[in-house]
This record gives sequence, C-alpha cells and structure tokens, in this order.
Amino acid sequence: MPAPLIDIHGLRKSFGDHAVLNGISLQVTRGEVLALIGPSGSGKSTLLRCINLLTVPDAGRITVGDQTIAFDGRRTALPGERALARFRASTGMVFQHFNLFSHMTALQNVMEGPLTVLGTPKAQAATEARALLAKVGLLERADVYPDKLSGGQKQRVAIARALAMRPSVMLFDEATSALDPELVGEVLSVIKGLAKEGMTMVLVTHEIGFARDVADQVVFMRDGVVAESGPPSRVIDDPQTEATRAFLGRFNARAEGGAAQSA
Amino acid sequence: MYHWDFAVLWTYRSLLVAGLAYTLLFTAICVVLGLAIGLVTGVGRLSTNRFVTAPLRAYVELFRCTPVLVQLVWFYYALPVLTGIQISATLAATLCLSLYGGAFYSEIIRGGIISTDAGQIEAARALGMRRFQVLRRIVLPQAFKRMVPPLMSQSIMQLKNTSLLSVLAVPDLLYQGQVIAHETYRPLELYTFIALAYFAVLLPVTMWAKRLEFGAPVSEA
Repeated sequence: MPAPLIDIHGLRKSFGDHAVLNGISLQVTRGEVLALIGPSGSGKSTLLRCINLLTVPDAGRITVGDQTIAFDGRRTALPGERALARFRASTGMVFQHFNLFSHMTALQNVMEGPLTVLGTPKAQAATEARALLAKVGLLERADVYPDKLSGGQKQRVAIARALAMRPSVMLFDEATSALDPELVGEVLSVIKGLAKEGMTMVLVTHEIGFARDVADQVVFMRDGVVAESGPPSRVIDDPQTEATRAFLGRFNARAEGGAAQSA
Repeated sequence: MYHWDFAVLWTYRSLLVAGLAYTLLFTAICVVLGLAIGLVTGVGRLSTNRFVTAPLRAYVELFRCTPVLVQLVWFYYALPVLTGIQISATLAATLCLSLYGGAFYSEIIRGGIISTDAGQIEAARALGMRRFQVLRRIVLPQAFKRMVPPLMSQSIMQLKNTSLLSVLAVPDLLYQGQVIAHETYRPLELYTFIALAYFAVLLPVTMWAKRLEFGAPVSEA
C-alpha cells in the first residue's frame, strides 16, 4: 500500500475547557475521497480546518504530501508564519459561505493565489484562471463581481480559486449548506467531476446521498472522536454503531419526508 | 436701517486672501499630520498587547471627550507651564488640532479594518497568503473604500475647527476678519463674507465626498 497523502495522528484540539477533537487519527491515500459526516458539534469542521492549519491543533501530527507538522501543545513550538503559509498553499479550501474577495471579479479571485503567493506572471495567471473558470462552467462570468453571482456560481468560483493553487488536496467545508436547494446540484457536479479526475478530497457534508455516491471512505464523527469509518456501503448502508444508525436514521427520515435540507 | 457696505472687503482684500490661504494651509497640515497619527493609532489599537492598546485608547478618549476649544487653550497656556518649553501659538494649534483629528481618524481607520469580512481573511490565509499580504491585498483595499467618506467628513470638520485658532491670535481667515471688523466697524459684512468663504470652500468638497460615498459602493460577497 502506498504512503498516504494525508496522515493525521492523535489530533487534539480544545477551545477553552471544551475538547472538540479527542485524539483523531486517519489517513487518506492519493486520489481518495473522504467524507466526514456526523452531528453538528462533532468536530468534523474543526478537523477539516486543522488539515490546512486554519485552526491550529493542540497536539498531534499532520502530514500532507511531503510536509509534516507536529504539535505538542506548547505555544513556543508553533511553526512560524512562513511555514504555516507554505503548508496552507498546498491544500485548497472551499468554505460554506464562499468567502470570495468582494473587491475582485471572478477572474481576479481565481488569479489572486497564484499572483500573490506563487508569484505567477499576470498573463499566465489569467490564462490559467480562465481555463479553471471554463472548467466550472463560468467563463462567461469572468469579469463579474461576486455580488452579481448566484450562490452556486460563487461556490464554483471559490472552487476554481482553490484549484488555481494546484493543491494536492481539496478540502470542502459544508460547501453546499448555504445554498438554495436548486443550486446544490451544480456545485455537487463540479465536486464529482474533480473526484473523477482523481483529485484527493476531504468533504465535510450533510449530503449523505452525495457522500455515498462520491466517497471512497466515510468517517462518522461524534464528540470529537471517529465513531465509525469505512467504505460508504458499510458506514452508510449498514452502520455498525447505534450512534451512526440514529444519526443516519434522522437523515433518512428527513429525506423520505421530502423536506428541503438547508441547515 | 443698516446700510450694508461690502466695499470694505475690497479695501482689505489682501488680508482676507492671506487669512483664507492660512486657513487652507493650516487645514492641509493638520489633515496630513492627523491622518498619519490616526493611521498609527488605529492600527496600533488592533494590537493584542495591552501595553500598546491601553495608552492609545486613553489618548483617543481624552481627545474625543473634551472640547477642542478647551484643548487649544490648554495646549497654548498650560502645556508650556507643564513642560517648561515655550511654544508659539501656531505650533500649539498645529499639535492640538492634529492630535484631535488623529483621535477621530484613528477610530475611522480601526473601524474600517475590523469591519472586513472575517471569511475573506480566512480564505486568503487558506490560499497561503502571509499576514502582511492579507492586509495589503484583501483587507486594506476594501477597508479604504469604506473609510474614504467618513475620513472626508472628518477632514471637513478639521477645516471648520481651524476657525477656533483665532482665539490664539493665529492669523487665519476668521482672525483676519475680526481684525478688519474692529478697524472698520463693519462686523456684519465681514462675518457674512467669512461664512460665505467657508461655504464656498466646503460645498464642493462635501459634494465630492457625497459622490465618493454613492459612486463607490462596497459590495458584499
């Protein structure tokens, strides 16, 4: 078995007295899609944000590609600004609320990372950005500012912006949770396309049906620990723990009730 | 019935022009110094170090919560006694109005920076930008757009506040007008002219500020 692209070991994080991550270990191999599911407050978003160090863990070890950063809880041992930035540049992050730069057009949003972080020449960055916008189906919206885009379009631009850094991993933090139900599909189809190309991805999602569809590995989190993990055919279709069954049961009931899930 | 005689203005035109020029020059100096003080103070107050933020906050509140006329008189009469250094009325006024303006500017600048959408800052960090790059590429361009209208209106206040300089016998527009009024017994003509002169300078500025306000909306993503 090849070395995993993402290797997380013994990750811990507390906010004040509240322990959010209680020793998480997991691995993602190259080209694999991992879906993190679980109730709100289970720590799945915090775990995702730890993978690119937007949230700095208290303890544990994170490897992404050839970069490893270990944390032992001492503030003085924190990696420097430069090391953190370099680490983050190798992962692409897509947020629930898009977080597009509102003073830049769609094209400029996509160009920003290569221009500022990688030092790519402007003409080349623009060419690559156009190609990425075409890939997410928004080339004709290149010169539009974010406030003139729909939620689904914003999120597709945000995906293109993250891809522009040529990350080895893409992280999605509830990328469709803030979207109107009719706009969810266009974003999911972009993510599915990336999976087909072999992009390594970690998705925090409430779209259980989509997770089953696209994920190679599903991790069910509860109270800051991995409660259950495995292929979707097992975790989603044949859950082993009571907690997983209860959680999925709620979703199945909601799906059957036909209620639009938007939270 | 009062007999208006505006001819007096023409007789003393050179004094009035000199006064107006002094007012404009003084405003320019106090706006520039005030903005510099405001930028340093505003950014400094975002520090996490209490030894930095506490004195800055004390300065801002001190100047915001006392009348500028009282400050002017204090700088001219009390500060030299306190420090043993005699300063000219012009220098006292420059110091005072710059610090006064700086206190207000700093609040505008600080507000502009902290009102930046936290999500965008996070997205920039996620791309691998370093702190200074985030400030330069994402925070300041957006904050600046939001700051321009309030900075303009504070600068307009600065110009009007220079009229208080006359109490220290600094030869600004109002002081020159008062001198001529005493000399000629034509205070009504002179105060009318002074009011119109301020108005003529500031009306175009406020209209320009208004256009900036509506012409450059800051969009939300």
